[in-house]
Amino acid sequence: MAKSGLSMADVEKMSAREAFGTALAEVGEKFPNLVLLGADAIGSTRAAAFAKRFPDRTFNFGIAEQEMVSAAAGFALRGKIAVATAYGFLLSLRACEQVRTDICYQNLNVKLMATHTGLSMADAGTTHHSTEDVAIMRSFANMTVVAPSDSVETVKAVEAVIRYPGPVYLRMGRGAMSSVNTDNYEFIIGKAHTLVPGSDVTIIAYGVMVNEALIAAQRLEEQGISARVVNMHTIKPLDTECVLAAAKETGAIVTAEEHTIFGGLGEAVAGCVTSAHPVPVIRVGLQDSFSVFGAEGEVRAAMGLTADSIIHAAMQAVSMK
Amino acid sequence: MKLTIEELQKKAAQIRLRTIEMIDTAGGGHIGGSLSAMDIMTALYFRIMNIDPNQPDDPLRDWFILSAGHKAAGYVSVLAARGYFEDALLDTFNKLGSPFGIHPDKNKIIGCEASTGSLGHGLPMSVGIALSLRLDNLQSNVYCLMGDGETHEGTVWEAAMGAAQHRLDNLIAIVDYNKCSMDGPINSIVSVEPIEDKWKSFGWNVIRIDGNDMASVVEALEGPHPSGKPTVIIADTLKGKGVPSIEGDYHWHYGFLNEEQLAQARKDLGGVSNG
Repeated sequence: MAKSGLSMADVEKMSAREAFGTALAEVGEKFPNLVLLGADAIGSTRAAAFAKRFPDRTFNFGIAEQEMVSAAAGFALRGKIAVATAYGFLLSLRACEQVRTDICYQNLNVKLMATHTGLSMADAGTTHHSTEDVAIMRSFANMTVVAPSDSVETVKAVEAVIRYPGPVYLRMGRGAMSSVNTDNYEFIIGKAHTLVPGSDVTIIAYGVMVNEALIAAQRLEEQGISARVVNMHTIKPLDTECVLAAAKETGAIVTAEEHTIFGGLGEAVAGCVTSAHPVPVIRVGLQDSFSVFGAEGEVRAAMGLTADSIIHAAMQAVSMK
Repeated sequence: MKLTIEELQKKAAQIRLRTIEMIDTAGGGHIGGSLSAMDIMTALYFRIMNIDPNQPDDPLRDWFILSAGHKAAGYVSVLAARGYFEDALLDTFNKLGSPFGIHPDKNKIIGCEASTGSLGHGLPMSVGIALSLRLDNLQSNVYCLMGDGETHEGTVWEAAMGAAQHRLDNLIAIVDYNKCSMDGPINSIVSVEPIEDKWKSFGWNVIRIDGNDMASVVEALEGPHPSGKPTVIIADTLKGKGVPSIEGDYHWHYGFLNEEQLAQARKDLGGVSNG
């Protein structure tokens, strides 16, 4: 954290969106050509810290996400690093065509910083859940998709994304996240972070599911199954070297994501191994279903996004070897 | 470059003919809209805008965004005539490997500022460009050309609200009001009227002109325009303008002229393409 001037202890206490807002304001100092675009959620996404420090570089478009994303393209056409913030479902669904055509087709330096993704707006219901965004974003040529798994990683990811050329979708949650990463690792876009070594099965996860994967691995260990845990913070470009090593060395893979099983990390991993070193891949995620109302943890549990589901999937995967 | 009205009229006729010939070579193109907007694009590139084809990335340049991307046949003919690239390159239009297709790709065409084609994207992009120009304290303008049917798209009105809120007086939008969309006369499909009142009520300075009368086009584009608000020019035009046999007919959204029509067009337009 020395580089950003933030203390790790402070960051660990932050929610994902607070970490994002704090990190963005810090990065704003280093990049005078960075502009922030919001859509009447600058406070809610916690980008307000940047807005307060750099009011001249902050632009609020009101509840007009499509205009905001196209305008971000306009800023980038003039050489700005345009950060567009909104809830994930709005960036990926409402402004889908603007992202694909204005940002990705033109290959512009726009950073879509999505907050409140996955099921993190649990009690808001399906209208506000972002459970297809990774599938949508990774299908676009030129797009990079990053999803940090805790506040410390969010801070690292924000700066890495700003420094990374081209379109990026940064997927963040809303509330508090358990700390899963140590501070002393280098965050490199496209390079997975292996948290636990293991030889019987590999659990590959991103976002809040990394913590569930760690819990699952510990309990699998107690049952004599050695599970490797990989924090796949970059879904695209996928770290195929890491995935294929997992396939070769552990012979079975479970993926876990707060997202539909269609088109997300699970299918990315499955696509990778089936074309090079086929092994069983079991996907934990939303099973062709919309979600329910409730508290954040309750909704995730109701939708099967738990350590228990990962354990079950791991045993199934191991039995198929 | 600042051509006179008379020179601009001659130039527009030449580029119209080049556009028609190019579309014929390609076997089809958006002929109607390319021709209706030709006087506007010619005035912009040969008189109004501060641009230099030898320095397409000049940071002090004015910006043109062809939001109605399907008028690219006319647009790339203008760029060629202005000297951004060789005229002969136009003969590759719509062919495999060509920089030119039905819609413009800014990563393939020298001088093209934005990849457009899906309607309703150009005005919001122009808002971002205009805001960034102001942030950098530059005096450049952004000119955004839309089709009339394009204003059916909701994003046009998101941007219309945003541009007024941000008081973008460096943004000049032009609506090529040729009264035709693909399925028929536009106001029989979904009316855009009362078109002036709509834009006025969104906080824009509205100028209404005959968009095929060069003197009116130049006067409207040159201004001066009021400060503190964006300007929209509602340009009444004829689809297919310059080729009497197709003028005003919505069926000529896309197509190409037969040999007889082409021969007649050559006569009508002075016989010289791209001068």
